[in-house]
Amino acid sequence: MTYVFQFGIVFDHIDRMLLGAWLTIRLSAMALVLGLMVAVICAYLRTAGPRPVRWLIAAYVELFRNTPFLVQLYIVFFALPQAGIRFDANEAALAAMVVNFGAYATEIVRAGVQSVPVGQIETGLALGLKRLHIYRLIVLFPAIKAVFPALASQFILLLLGSSVVSAISANELTAISNTLQSTTFRAFEVYIVATLMYLGIAVAFRGLFAVAYWFVFVRGRE
Amino acid sequence: MRQFSTNEFLFILAAGQWTVVLSLIAFSMGGALGLLIALLRVSVFAPVRLAASGYIQVFQGTPLLMQLFLIYYGLGLFGLRLDTWTAVVIAYSAYTGAFLGEIWRGCIQAIPREQWDGATALALTYLQRLFLVIIPQAVRIAIPPTVGFMVALVKATAVASIIGFVELTRAGQLMTNATFQPMLVYPIVAMLYFTLCWPLSLLAQYLERRMRVDNAIGRKA
Repeated sequence: MTYVFQFGIVFDHIDRMLLGAWLTIRLSAMALVLGLMVAVICAYLRTAGPRPVRWLIAAYVELFRNTPFLVQLYIVFFALPQAGIRFDANEAALAAMVVNFGAYATEIVRAGVQSVPVGQIETGLALGLKRLHIYRLIVLFPAIKAVFPALASQFILLLLGSSVVSAISANELTAISNTLQSTTFRAFEVYIVATLMYLGIAVAFRGLFAVAYWFVFVRGRE
Repeated sequence: MRQFSTNEFLFILAAGQWTVVLSLIAFSMGGALGLLIALLRVSVFAPVRLAASGYIQVFQGTPLLMQLFLIYYGLGLFGLRLDTWTAVVIAYSAYTGAFLGEIWRGCIQAIPREQWDGATALALTYLQRLFLVIIPQAVRIAIPPTVGFMVALVKATAVASIIGFVELTRAGQLMTNATFQPMLVYPIVAMLYFTLCWPLSLLAQYLERRMRVDNAIGRKA
């Protein structure tokens, strides 16, 4: 049995795939920004909040880190409407990605926050800075620097994991590939091209993070 | 319409077996592959190192779902008709091999250079150095991150439900379709994953903490 590859048919629809890839990038980038906000707030409350709040954050982190993203997505998209909270597919995908990435990033940022020497915080207190100022100026910056590589690889996992949101038909790269596959019957060609696009996006983001790290943390701060 | 009762719960629980079985098989087959990848990654031959690192890059740089699709649909084209089970096992083993390979490479390279030098001075061959000196020490530091990866693997098996493999998540979907109670079914599914994963997470944390203490004591001595 011989199989003749026909990539031409895939390239006829390449614009749709690129559009899907663009949504993948947008979803991941938005989830990164929103998830980081969640993480910074939660990491602060996890270390400095009142005890019940600390427990609540710990429960959030453990629950989301020990259940599959796909199940979290199904809960957001299929279960929450039963409670009267409705999202369309793309919103549900983003919401699930934010809470999922937020949980991992909270734990990562917390590790960074705890790596900041207590002496630096005491110095801030001695200089009469307010708690929030100390957190923002003295704790957060070196904390993020310390955990930057961990955050970057967690983001890559988020980006690649986002292909799972095709299961609720958010129309990102994987979902578009599925549609193309079922109309052209060229499954292998479609998925190879999509896989290479993901690889390209992942490699590009790794490079972007390396550059960002250098600009924010290295340049002029020796 | 069916009510969600003990029977439905037992159906989901029974499907949970397949989550466990798939995780265990992927872990053992992927573990064997991962060991090979890790060894190739620290090989003295540059092309071999490059090939192993390419393998890791590809599997860590592309979505697991795409790997599943490619193996499921792709290999069929070359005359290999795969049933879902075989395709899923191959895909998860390959995926696990890449991640464990990368983790274990780090552990092998964390063993100080002097250990290699000392073993060479004792006239051990390359394989003897590797298997008698380096790996026994690397195994100790490899255990906590390996347990940590097992958590990720158990969660990753949920993705197999998308190509129709019936495990916890797929069983949850089937029961949701039958009972129309996603608000009840999916949290139960999530809790079952949690009972599988949380003990492993705690074990990984415990092992990591214990190793840090060991190291601190070792340094003082």
